[in-house]
Amino acid sequence: MNKLLVVCASVLMVTSAMAQQRLLPAQSEITFVAKQMGVPLDGKFGKFDAQVAFDPKKPEAGKIAFTVDLGSAAIGDAETARELKKPEWFSVVKFPAATFTSTAIKAAGPGKFEVAGNLVIKGSTKPVTIPVTLAPGAAGVSVAQGSFLLKRIDFKIGEGDWSDVSIVANDVTVKFKLALSGL
Amino acid sequence: MNASSDLKTTVGKYTYPAIVFHWLLAILIIASFSFGLYMVELPFSPARIKQYNWHKWAGITILTLSAARLLWRLTHRPPTLNAAIPGWQKKISQATHLLLYVLFFAAPLAGWAYSSAAGFPVVYLGLIALPDLVSPNPELAGVLKLVHRTLVYSLAALVTLHILAALKHHIIDRDGLISRMNPFAGAAATPPKI
Repeated sequence: MNKLLVVCASVLMVTSAMAQQRLLPAQSEITFVAKQMGVPLDGKFGKFDAQVAFDPKKPEAGKIAFTVDLGSAAIGDAETARELKKPEWFSVVKFPAATFTSTAIKAAGPGKFEVAGNLVIKGSTKPVTIPVTLAPGAAGVSVAQGSFLLKRIDFKIGEGDWSDVSIVANDVTVKFKLALSGL
Repeated sequence: MNASSDLKTTVGKYTYPAIVFHWLLAILIIASFSFGLYMVELPFSPARIKQYNWHKWAGITILTLSAARLLWRLTHRPPTLNAAIPGWQKKISQATHLLLYVLFFAAPLAGWAYSSAAGFPVVYLGLIALPDLVSPNPELAGVLKLVHRTLVYSLAALVTLHILAALKHHIIDRDGLISRMNPFAGAAATPPKI
Protein backbone atom coordinates (compact mmCIF):
# COMPACT_ATOMS: atom_id res chain seq x y z
CA MET A 1 0.00 0.00 0.00
CA ASN A 2 2.80 2.34 0.97
CA LYS A 3 4.68 1.38 -2.12
CA LEU A 4 1.67 2.20 -4.28
CA LEU A 5 1.33 5.60 -2.65
CA VAL A 6 4.98 6.33 -3.30
CA VAL A 7 4.54 5.30 -6.93
CA CYS A 8 1.44 7.45 -7.25
CA ALA A 9 3.14 10.40 -5.64
CA SER A 10 6.21 10.07 -7.80
CA VAL A 11 4.07 9.76 -10.93
CA LEU A 12 2.21 12.90 -9.91
CA MET A 13 5.46 14.70 -9.23
CA VAL A 14 6.90 13.61 -12.53
CA THR A 15 3.82 14.58 -14.51
CA SER A 16 3.56 17.98 -12.88
CA ALA A 17 7.26 18.61 -13.36
CA MET A 18 7.34 17.40 -16.95
CA ALA A 19 3.76 18.36 -17.80
CA GLN A 20 3.65 15.72 -20.52
CA GLN A 21 1.07 16.53 -23.18
CA ARG A 22 -0.57 14.40 -25.77
CA LEU A 23 -0.99 15.28 -29.43
CA LEU A 24 -4.49 14.70 -30.81
CA PRO A 25 -3.74 13.82 -34.46
CA ALA A 26 -7.37 13.88 -35.60
CA GLN A 27 -7.69 17.53 -34.61
CA SER A 28 -4.23 18.50 -35.83
CA GLU A 29 -2.87 19.25 -39.26
CA ILE A 30 0.42 19.91 -40.96
CA THR A 31 0.22 21.47 -44.39
CA PHE A 32 2.69 23.01 -46.78
CA VAL A 33 2.62 25.25 -49.81
CA ALA A 34 5.05 24.74 -52.67
CA LYS A 35 5.10 26.92 -55.77
CA GLN A 36 5.38 25.69 -59.37
CA MET A 37 6.01 28.59 -61.77
CA GLY A 38 4.02 30.88 -59.49
CA VAL A 39 1.26 28.31 -58.96
CA PRO A 40 0.72 27.61 -55.25
CA LEU A 41 0.14 23.92 -54.53
CA ASP A 42 -1.33 22.90 -51.21
CA GLY A 43 0.23 19.86 -49.65
CA LYS A 44 -0.60 17.91 -46.55
CA PHE A 45 0.97 15.32 -44.27
CA GLY A 46 -1.47 12.64 -43.19
CA LYS A 47 0.64 11.02 -40.46
CA PHE A 48 2.74 12.65 -37.77
CA ASP A 49 3.35 12.37 -34.05
CA ALA A 50 4.90 14.44 -31.29
CA GLN A 51 6.24 14.16 -27.79
CA VAL A 52 5.56 17.37 -25.97
CA ALA A 53 6.64 18.21 -22.45
CA PHE A 54 5.88 21.83 -22.03
CA ASP A 55 4.78 24.17 -19.28
CA PRO A 56 3.77 27.62 -20.58
CA LYS A 57 4.98 29.09 -17.28
CA LYS A 58 8.43 27.57 -17.71
CA PRO A 59 8.94 27.44 -21.50
CA GLU A 60 12.75 27.13 -21.17
CA ALA A 61 12.33 23.71 -19.54
CA GLY A 62 10.09 22.46 -22.32
CA LYS A 63 10.94 19.79 -24.85
CA ILE A 64 9.29 19.05 -28.17
CA ALA A 65 10.12 16.16 -30.45
CA PHE A 66 8.26 15.79 -33.72
CA THR A 67 8.08 13.07 -36.34
CA VAL A 68 6.40 13.43 -39.73
CA ASP A 69 5.79 10.44 -41.99
CA LEU A 70 7.02 11.71 -45.37
CA GLY A 71 5.29 8.88 -47.20
CA SER A 72 1.98 10.38 -46.05
CA ALA A 73 2.52 13.57 -48.06
CA ALA A 74 -0.18 14.52 -50.55
CA ILE A 75 0.03 17.42 -53.00
CA GLY A 76 -1.71 18.38 -56.24
CA ASP A 77 -3.03 15.31 -58.03
CA ALA A 78 -2.29 11.63 -57.35
CA GLU A 79 0.55 11.61 -59.87
CA THR A 80 2.35 14.48 -58.12
CA ALA A 81 1.87 12.78 -54.74
CA ARG A 82 3.40 9.57 -56.12
CA GLU A 83 6.30 11.56 -57.54
CA LEU A 84 7.02 13.07 -54.12
CA LYS A 85 7.97 9.66 -52.70
CA LYS A 86 10.72 9.13 -55.28
CA PRO A 87 14.46 9.43 -54.51
CA GLU A 88 14.68 12.87 -56.20
CA TRP A 89 12.16 14.25 -53.71
CA PHE A 90 11.57 12.80 -50.23
CA SER A 91 13.13 9.41 -50.99
CA VAL A 92 10.75 7.80 -48.51
CA VAL A 93 12.21 4.30 -48.70
CA LYS A 94 15.58 5.56 -47.46
CA PHE A 95 14.26 8.42 -45.31
CA PRO A 96 10.76 7.54 -44.13
CA ALA A 97 10.42 10.35 -41.61
CA ALA A 98 11.34 13.96 -41.02
CA THR A 99 12.07 14.94 -37.43
CA PHE A 100 12.23 18.09 -35.41
CA THR A 101 13.85 18.20 -31.98
CA SER A 102 13.72 21.37 -29.94
CA THR A 103 16.93 22.74 -28.47
CA ALA A 104 15.59 25.91 -26.82
CA ILE A 105 12.13 27.35 -26.20
CA LYS A 106 11.57 30.91 -25.06
CA ALA A 107 8.57 33.10 -24.47
CA ALA A 108 7.90 35.83 -27.04
CA GLY A 109 4.88 37.62 -25.60
CA PRO A 110 1.58 36.40 -24.19
CA GLY A 111 0.72 33.02 -25.69
CA LYS A 112 3.68 33.29 -28.04
CA PHE A 113 6.82 31.21 -28.06
CA GLU A 114 9.89 30.76 -30.17
CA VAL A 115 10.90 27.18 -30.57
CA ALA A 116 14.44 26.65 -31.80
CA GLY A 117 15.52 23.21 -32.84
CA ASN A 118 16.98 20.94 -35.47
CA LEU A 119 14.98 19.91 -38.49
CA VAL A 120 16.11 16.69 -40.14
CA ILE A 121 14.78 15.84 -43.59
CA LYS A 122 16.33 13.35 -46.00
CA GLY A 123 19.49 13.06 -43.94
CA SER A 124 20.19 16.81 -43.82
CA THR A 125 20.02 18.68 -40.52
CA LYS A 126 19.31 22.41 -40.35
CA PRO A 127 18.64 24.59 -37.33
CA VAL A 128 15.31 26.41 -37.50
CA THR A 129 13.40 28.75 -35.22
CA ILE A 130 9.66 28.36 -35.35
CA PRO A 131 7.25 30.94 -33.94
CA VAL A 132 4.33 29.27 -32.19
CA THR A 133 1.15 30.74 -30.77
CA LEU A 134 -0.60 28.76 -28.08
CA ALA A 135 -4.26 29.24 -27.36
CA PRO A 136 -6.41 27.34 -24.88
CA GLY A 137 -9.35 25.67 -26.58
CA ALA A 138 -12.44 23.80 -25.49
CA ALA A 139 -12.39 20.70 -23.24
CA GLY A 140 -8.83 21.14 -22.04
CA VAL A 141 -7.42 21.01 -25.54
CA SER A 142 -4.89 23.69 -26.44
CA VAL A 143 -4.06 24.62 -29.99
CA ALA A 144 -0.52 25.42 -31.07
CA GLN A 145 -0.27 27.16 -34.43
CA GLY A 146 2.48 28.53 -36.55
CA SER A 147 4.29 28.49 -39.85
CA PHE A 148 7.83 28.71 -41.09
CA LEU A 149 9.69 28.84 -44.35
CA LEU A 150 12.19 26.23 -45.41
CA LYS A 151 14.47 26.12 -48.43
CA ARG A 152 13.88 22.79 -50.14
CA ILE A 153 17.37 22.77 -51.67
CA ASP A 154 18.87 22.81 -48.12
CA PHE A 155 17.35 19.35 -47.70
CA LYS A 156 17.93 18.12 -51.27
CA ILE A 157 14.16 17.92 -51.80
CA GLY A 158 14.08 17.90 -55.61
CA GLU A 159 17.40 16.75 -57.02
CA GLY A 160 18.84 16.70 -60.53
CA ASP A 161 16.60 18.52 -63.02
CA TRP A 162 14.28 19.37 -60.16
CA SER A 163 16.87 21.55 -58.43
CA ASP A 164 15.84 24.28 -60.92
CA VAL A 165 14.11 26.72 -58.57
CA SER A 166 12.60 28.66 -61.51
CA ILE A 167 10.22 25.70 -61.97
CA VAL A 168 9.66 24.64 -58.36
CA ALA A 169 10.45 27.50 -55.98
CA ASN A 170 13.05 26.98 -53.28
CA ASP A 171 10.80 28.46 -50.59
CA VAL A 172 8.29 26.08 -49.08
CA THR A 173 5.94 27.31 -46.37
CA VAL A 174 5.09 24.77 -43.69
CA LYS A 175 2.01 25.46 -41.58
CA PHE A 176 0.82 23.55 -38.55
CA LYS A 177 -2.10 23.43 -36.20
CA LEU A 178 -1.58 21.04 -33.34
CA ALA A 179 -4.21 20.08 -30.78
CA LEU A 180 -2.65 19.19 -27.44
CA SER A 181 -4.39 17.79 -24.42
CA GLY A 182 -3.12 18.16 -20.90
CA LEU A 183 -1.53 21.56 -21.24
CA MET B 1 -18.83 46.62 -95.11
CA ASN B 2 -21.67 45.87 -97.49
CA ALA B 3 -20.51 43.45 -100.12
CA SER B 4 -22.12 43.36 -103.51
CA SER B 5 -23.57 39.94 -102.99
CA ASP B 6 -25.01 39.80 -106.50
CA LEU B 7 -21.57 39.68 -108.05
CA LYS B 8 -20.31 36.16 -108.64
CA THR B 9 -16.60 36.48 -108.17
CA THR B 10 -16.10 39.41 -105.88
CA VAL B 11 -16.68 39.46 -102.19
CA GLY B 12 -16.35 42.04 -99.44
CA LYS B 13 -13.55 41.98 -96.98
CA TYR B 14 -13.46 41.50 -93.27
CA THR B 15 -12.33 44.51 -91.25
CA TYR B 16 -8.65 44.63 -90.38
CA PRO B 17 -9.20 43.92 -86.66
CA ALA B 18 -11.31 40.88 -87.65
CA ILE B 19 -8.49 39.66 -89.92
CA VAL B 20 -5.89 40.17 -87.19
CA PHE B 21 -8.07 38.30 -84.65
CA HIS B 22 -8.58 35.47 -87.13
CA TRP B 23 -4.92 34.83 -87.89
CA LEU B 24 -3.62 35.47 -84.40
CA LEU B 25 -6.14 33.05 -82.92
CA ALA B 26 -5.54 30.56 -85.75
CA ILE B 27 -1.85 30.46 -84.81
CA LEU B 28 -2.54 30.29 -81.06
CA ILE B 29 -5.20 27.59 -81.34
CA ILE B 30 -3.23 25.36 -83.72
CA ALA B 31 -0.06 25.82 -81.63
CA SER B 32 -1.85 25.08 -78.32
CA PHE B 33 -3.53 22.01 -79.79
CA SER B 34 -0.27 20.57 -81.14
CA PHE B 35 1.54 21.50 -77.95
CA GLY B 36 -1.18 19.81 -75.90
CA LEU B 37 -0.82 16.58 -77.86
CA TYR B 38 2.94 16.67 -77.31
CA MET B 39 3.03 17.63 -73.62
CA VAL B 40 0.68 14.89 -72.40
CA GLU B 41 3.23 12.31 -73.59
CA LEU B 42 6.05 13.82 -71.52
CA PRO B 43 7.21 12.04 -68.35
CA PHE B 44 6.84 13.87 -65.05
CA SER B 45 9.64 16.44 -65.32
CA PRO B 46 10.40 20.17 -65.00
CA ALA B 47 9.97 20.36 -68.79
CA ARG B 48 6.44 19.02 -68.53
CA ILE B 49 5.50 21.47 -65.77
CA LYS B 50 6.82 24.30 -67.95
CA GLN B 51 4.86 23.16 -71.00
CA TYR B 52 1.67 22.62 -69.06
CA ASN B 53 1.91 26.14 -67.70
CA TRP B 54 2.62 27.58 -71.15
CA HIS B 55 -0.35 25.65 -72.50
CA LYS B 56 -2.59 27.11 -69.77
CA TRP B 57 -1.31 30.64 -70.45
CA ALA B 58 -2.00 30.15 -74.16
CA GLY B 59 -5.51 28.91 -73.31
CA ILE B 60 -6.26 31.96 -71.19
CA THR B 61 -4.91 34.18 -74.00
CA ILE B 62 -7.20 32.38 -76.49
CA LEU B 63 -10.15 32.85 -74.14
CA THR B 64 -9.48 36.58 -73.66
CA LEU B 65 -8.82 37.27 -77.35
CA SER B 66 -11.94 35.29 -78.29
CA ALA B 67 -14.04 37.48 -75.98
CA ALA B 68 -12.64 40.62 -77.67
CA ARG B 69 -13.16 38.99 -81.08
CA LEU B 70 -16.76 38.07 -80.31
CA LEU B 71 -17.45 41.64 -79.22
CA TRP B 72 -15.95 42.89 -82.48
CA ARG B 73 -17.90 40.36 -84.52
CA LEU B 74 -21.19 41.33 -82.85
CA THR B 75 -20.62 45.01 -83.56
CA HIS B 76 -19.17 44.61 -87.08
CA ARG B 77 -21.10 42.56 -89.58
CA PRO B 78 -18.96 40.20 -91.64
CA PRO B 79 -19.18 40.53 -95.43
CA THR B 80 -22.20 38.70 -96.83
CA LEU B 81 -21.60 35.49 -98.72
CA ASN B 82 -21.60 35.35 -102.48
CA ALA B 83 -25.12 34.88 -103.86
CA ALA B 84 -23.87 32.02 -106.03
CA ILE B 85 -23.22 29.90 -103.00
CA PRO B 86 -26.09 27.41 -102.50
CA GLY B 87 -28.32 27.86 -99.47
CA TRP B 88 -27.35 24.57 -97.86
CA GLN B 89 -23.67 25.53 -98.00
CA LYS B 90 -24.46 28.88 -96.41
CA LYS B 91 -26.30 27.07 -93.62
CA ILE B 92 -23.38 24.73 -93.02
CA SER B 93 -21.00 27.70 -93.07
CA GLN B 94 -23.11 29.55 -90.50
CA ALA B 95 -23.40 26.49 -88.27
CA THR B 96 -19.65 25.85 -88.49
CA HIS B 97 -18.85 29.44 -87.54
CA LEU B 98 -21.32 29.37 -84.65
CA LEU B 99 -19.87 26.11 -83.33
CA LEU B 100 -16.33 27.39 -83.75
CA TYR B 101 -17.17 30.40 -81.61
CA VAL B 102 -18.80 28.20 -78.96
CA LEU B 103 -15.66 26.04 -78.84
CA PHE B 104 -13.31 29.05 -78.68
CA PHE B 105 -14.81 29.55 -75.23
CA ALA B 106 -15.85 26.05 -74.17
CA ALA B 107 -12.50 24.34 -74.87
CA PRO B 108 -10.26 26.67 -72.84
CA LEU B 109 -12.88 26.98 -70.07
CA ALA B 110 -13.02 23.19 -69.74
CA GLY B 111 -9.21 23.11 -69.58
CA TRP B 112 -9.20 25.77 -66.88
CA ALA B 113 -11.87 23.90 -64.88
CA TYR B 114 -9.89 20.66 -65.30
CA SER B 115 -6.80 22.36 -63.90
CA SER B 116 -8.81 23.71 -60.94
CA ALA B 117 -10.34 20.30 -60.23
CA ALA B 118 -6.92 18.63 -60.41
CA GLY B 119 -5.71 20.97 -57.66
CA PHE B 120 -3.56 23.18 -59.87
CA PRO B 121 -4.78 26.79 -59.85
CA VAL B 122 -4.04 28.74 -63.04
CA VAL B 123 -1.62 31.63 -62.55
CA TYR B 124 -1.52 33.57 -65.83
CA LEU B 125 2.10 34.16 -66.91
CA GLY B 126 3.09 33.04 -63.41
CA LEU B 127 1.91 36.45 -62.17
CA ILE B 128 -1.88 36.75 -62.11
CA ALA B 129 -3.66 34.18 -59.94
CA LEU B 130 -6.99 33.30 -61.56
CA PRO B 131 -9.88 32.00 -59.48
CA ASP B 132 -10.58 28.27 -59.39
CA LEU B 133 -13.64 27.45 -61.53
CA VAL B 134 -14.38 24.37 -59.40
CA SER B 135 -13.03 23.02 -56.11
CA PRO B 136 -10.29 20.39 -56.22
CA ASN B 137 -11.93 17.00 -56.78
CA PRO B 138 -10.06 14.08 -58.39
CA GLU B 139 -13.22 12.43 -59.81
CA LEU B 140 -14.46 15.66 -61.36
CA ALA B 141 -10.93 16.25 -62.71
CA GLY B 142 -11.15 12.95 -64.60
CA VAL B 143 -14.47 13.96 -66.15
CA LEU B 144 -13.27 17.48 -67.05
CA LYS B 145 -10.11 16.09 -68.64
CA LEU B 146 -12.32 14.03 -70.97
CA VAL B 147 -14.58 17.04 -71.62
CA HIS B 148 -11.58 19.24 -72.48
CA ARG B 149 -10.15 16.58 -74.79
CA THR B 150 -13.49 16.00 -76.53
CA LEU B 151 -13.97 19.73 -77.04
CA VAL B 152 -10.49 20.34 -78.46
CA TYR B 153 -10.81 17.36 -80.83
CA SER B 154 -14.18 18.75 -81.97
CA LEU B 155 -12.53 22.12 -82.48
CA ALA B 156 -9.74 20.46 -84.48
CA ALA B 157 -12.33 18.68 -86.65
CA LEU B 158 -14.23 21.92 -87.30
CA VAL B 159 -11.01 23.83 -88.06
CA THR B 160 -10.12 21.11 -90.58
CA LEU B 161 -13.58 21.41 -92.18
CA HIS B 162 -13.19 25.20 -92.23
CA ILE B 163 -9.78 24.99 -93.96
CA LEU B 164 -11.01 22.40 -96.48
CA ALA B 165 -14.03 24.57 -97.32
CA ALA B 166 -11.81 27.64 -97.79
CA LEU B 167 -9.49 25.64 -100.06
CA LYS B 168 -12.47 24.31 -102.02
CA HIS B 169 -13.61 27.89 -102.67
CA HIS B 170 -10.11 28.91 -103.66
CA ILE B 171 -9.10 25.94 -105.82
CA ILE B 172 -12.35 24.53 -107.19
CA ASP B 173 -14.82 27.45 -107.17
CA ARG B 174 -12.15 30.12 -107.72
CA ASP B 175 -14.56 32.69 -106.30
CA GLY B 176 -12.04 34.80 -104.37
CA LEU B 177 -13.79 34.04 -101.09
CA ILE B 178 -10.46 33.39 -99.32
CA SER B 179 -9.25 36.95 -100.00
CA ARG B 180 -11.83 38.22 -97.49
CA MET B 181 -9.39 37.08 -94.80
CA ASN B 182 -6.19 38.00 -96.63
CA PRO B 183 -4.58 40.93 -94.83
CA PHE B 184 -2.39 41.60 -97.88
CA ALA B 185 -5.13 41.40 -100.52
CA GLY B 186 -5.77 45.12 -100.08
CA ALA B 187 -7.96 46.93 -102.57
CA ALA B 188 -7.97 44.00 -104.97
CA ALA B 189 -10.41 42.16 -102.76
CA THR B 190 -12.78 45.01 -102.16
CA PRO B 191 -15.80 44.84 -104.39
CA PRO B 192 -16.13 47.41 -107.13
CA LYS B 193 -18.69 50.04 -106.26
CA ILE B 194 -21.70 49.92 -108.50
